[in-house]
Amino acid sequence: MFISNTEKEKQEMLEAIGVKSIEDLFKDIDKSLLAENINLPAALTEGELAAEIKKKAALNKGLINFAGAGIYEHFIPAAVNAISSRGEFLTAYTPYQAEASQGTLQAIYEYQSCICALFDMDVSNASHYDGATALAEACGAAARIKNKNKILLSSALNPEYKQVLDTYFKAGEALKFEKAPLKEGVIDQAALKELLASGEYAAFVLSNPNFYGCLEEAQAISDIVHSAGALLIAQVNPISLGVLQTPGSYGADFAVAEGQCLGNAMNFGGPTLGIFTCKKEYVRYVPGRICGMAKDAAGKRAFVLTLQAREQHIRRERASSNICSNQALCALNAAVYLTLMGPLGMREVAEANIENAHILKDMLCSDGKYKLKFAGPFFNEFVLECPIPAAKIIKAAAKKGFLAGYDLGRVDKNLKNCLLICATETKTRKELEDFASFMRGI
Amino acid sequence: MNNYPHNLLSIEKSSALRRGVQIRKAGKRAGEYLDGKFLRSKPPLLPSLSEFDTVRHFTNLSRLNFCLDTHFYPLGSCTMKYNPKAYDVLSGLDGFTSLHPYCPEDCAQGTLSLIYGLEEQLKQITGLAAFTLQPAAGAHGEFTGALIARAYHKDRKDFGRSEIVIPDTAHGTNPATAAMAGCKVVNIKSGPDGRVDLEELKKVLNPKTALVMLTIPNTVGLFEKDIKEIARLTHEAGALLYMDGANLNALIGLVKPADMGVDIMHINLHKTIATPHGGGGPGAGAVGVCGRLADFLPVPRVIYNGKKYKLETKSKKSIGKVKSFYGNMSVLIRAYCYLRQFDGATLKEVARGAVLNANYVRVKLAKYFPAYFDEVCMHECVLTIDKGVLPNAKTIDVAKMLLDMGFHAPTIYFPLIVPEAIMVEPTETENKQTLDKFISAMTSIFLEAGTNPEALHEAPKNCPVKRIDEVSAAREPNLRW
Repeated sequence: MFISNTEKEKQEMLEAIGVKSIEDLFKDIDKSLLAENINLPAALTEGELAAEIKKKAALNKGLINFAGAGIYEHFIPAAVNAISSRGEFLTAYTPYQAEASQGTLQAIYEYQSCICALFDMDVSNASHYDGATALAEACGAAARIKNKNKILLSSALNPEYKQVLDTYFKAGEALKFEKAPLKEGVIDQAALKELLASGEYAAFVLSNPNFYGCLEEAQAISDIVHSAGALLIAQVNPISLGVLQTPGSYGADFAVAEGQCLGNAMNFGGPTLGIFTCKKEYVRYVPGRICGMAKDAAGKRAFVLTLQAREQHIRRERASSNICSNQALCALNAAVYLTLMGPLGMREVAEANIENAHILKDMLCSDGKYKLKFAGPFFNEFVLECPIPAAKIIKAAAKKGFLAGYDLGRVDKNLKNCLLICATETKTRKELEDFASFMRGI
Repeated sequence: MNNYPHNLLSIEKSSALRRGVQIRKAGKRAGEYLDGKFLRSKPPLLPSLSEFDTVRHFTNLSRLNFCLDTHFYPLGSCTMKYNPKAYDVLSGLDGFTSLHPYCPEDCAQGTLSLIYGLEEQLKQITGLAAFTLQPAAGAHGEFTGALIARAYHKDRKDFGRSEIVIPDTAHGTNPATAAMAGCKVVNIKSGPDGRVDLEELKKVLNPKTALVMLTIPNTVGLFEKDIKEIARLTHEAGALLYMDGANLNALIGLVKPADMGVDIMHINLHKTIATPHGGGGPGAGAVGVCGRLADFLPVPRVIYNGKKYKLETKSKKSIGKVKSFYGNMSVLIRAYCYLRQFDGATLKEVARGAVLNANYVRVKLAKYFPAYFDEVCMHECVLTIDKGVLPNAKTIDVAKMLLDMGFHAPTIYFPLIVPEAIMVEPTETENKQTLDKFISAMTSIFLEAGTNPEALHEAPKNCPVKRIDEVSAAREPNLRW
């Protein structure tokens, strides 16, 4: 499949090379290594393949989704995929040859600009693998800046992120992570202050809204962190920043996020978009690609990958990271999404999330069967305390066509009756009512 | 002036209150639900464009790009082969894209079966015992592999192994990966034939060696003839052998890496397995391991009990997770699709076609840009400039001239051991006519470099922009509006 040369052309080429057969080109390979035919099933034609894959897609069961916990269902305007599926973007290589890659480069520059504007941060890179790996890189950078090997984490950090941090730094024993306790589902500020007083920590990682959906007193926390001489790394929800206070406004030194919510489908959790931003004084610690505006030889505006002296292809073992790619297409989706939404659309989508989640909370908590676990303010997600295990509810809900939420018992046995529920702007009033009525009937 | 669209930024085309999308508005403002201290004080500086403005803006941007669909991309080590269109459609089916990662396993049987199926295909191709599809890129796969090696040694209570041996021809990601995994990088010089020098290897192998990392074929496009001996020495020293699979396209269907003694490898699905590069990602760096390392793979693993696919999240020895969730699904589905269109006999033709094309270019250009190592190559050839013939020519100028002539440039100045390196990887999906045009373009560049080298410095002239001042871009970085 997809091999273009005919047998006649292959023969002509062999003659030009001066060998008799293609086998002659493989003479360096020890005969004992040349395998029998690989054991693969009979090849499919495109038509047969399409039928098989469509059958597989149909085996997945679509549910009316009330789960978030890091991946969120949002409306994606058709123009987003129409643009990112263009071959000019989809089948281009990394823009190392800048003169032949101005489209990708300008799109990255605009992505960086949109993200900086949304986050109120100085610098964004061209994107990272996902939110969790972006956070890992920020922790590594903070440790290098402060020359300390301990990082304090919010206890309400997404557990997937915590697992990734542990994996990233376990082998080298480069970093130690400790957790700051919560009170009523948010950071216990007095305890935070006490922990940071030791001066041992390079940074504190704040999750806001946190994994339980609660909004944190970010400014007060930032003041505590900075007065203890540590750096603040904020992990945020980009959609929420349409209305919520920005990491830049409360002085975050690094702000990272899962950017899937910005125009990227849920896709079973990947590919997604790692957003990595920081204050400008830390630009040399940024991992991965950054695009800059420059001039060409004629003085015309042009775009180019820049500050490459940080990167692996130049610095090798002394690079800021080994990353050699970005999630360019996901970043393009985000850039197109943010351009379509504009400041007004971002406010409206954030407000629609707040409203739907609050309406659903009121519906669910109306008759005393369910309780809101944490009383504080929230964005589009909240924890519901149920009379029975959340896992049971999720199972029953799936039979009725709902994904009821995320079972917090997966990560904390004490929370096995707790369901993390999300309602984004995609939910209609009827869907909220139907779900609430299902929940009442359980 | 050329005919390319003017490159105003989206924000410069913006008009206050213009909008590109309508969202059903909430009945109440945020301030009615939340205390003002939680709210942002001013709106973000995002563009305000109509949907039409936005589509035109980005479509015009796309026209400033070279891409595989429009241009020949002989980028060495990058394997820019055709990305079949059917897979874009199939991986984009709503049944896959709208799936939440925390939906019950029963509701994700289609996706889970594809993950399992791709792992099975890769196991067959490599001879390795188990795979993870979690890593998001090649470098991410390397990191995963290095962590697995460290965990394995630690599990055997062999605590001192913290060195990774890497040849000087390696991609920059290899040493950067070793450093990220907390290991010391031990570089070894290649022999005069561009391959691993066994004596050099023997000198550095010691009880601290965790891993020997090799790209096979290596980055000068040559097969490691002594691979079996390398593997033997590595294992004898108690270390593991890692294969960077960036160049697997030369071997796919012909040689199983496990038969060479490879313990761990990653496969760049966006190279050999034909998924699109997307302008820099997303890719996928599937990692395969031999049997004794299977327990160390990241969680969750997809398992099949004969009836249903399940996610196994618990594994005592696992290194953990290298990213959230399970991998870059839309890439993985495309890779599954590609491999489903081959059988054992036709898969070999991929590697054979790639090697034939590379050697054809090498031989046809030998008089002008000779191969640095003058012998039969694998899937790519590394050419150089003969300074005796063209004393003033530079590789960067050759690259920029090619852009003007409608070809993407080869990989340049890499590997580092080759002066003025021009690394050409045509792949099997290009036909002879395209290669002949490329050869003739390179020939004319050679002639011009001899008679009028100054003209080369001025290239490119026909691209959307002329050569870019990278030095001042880095000195005074402008990274956002």
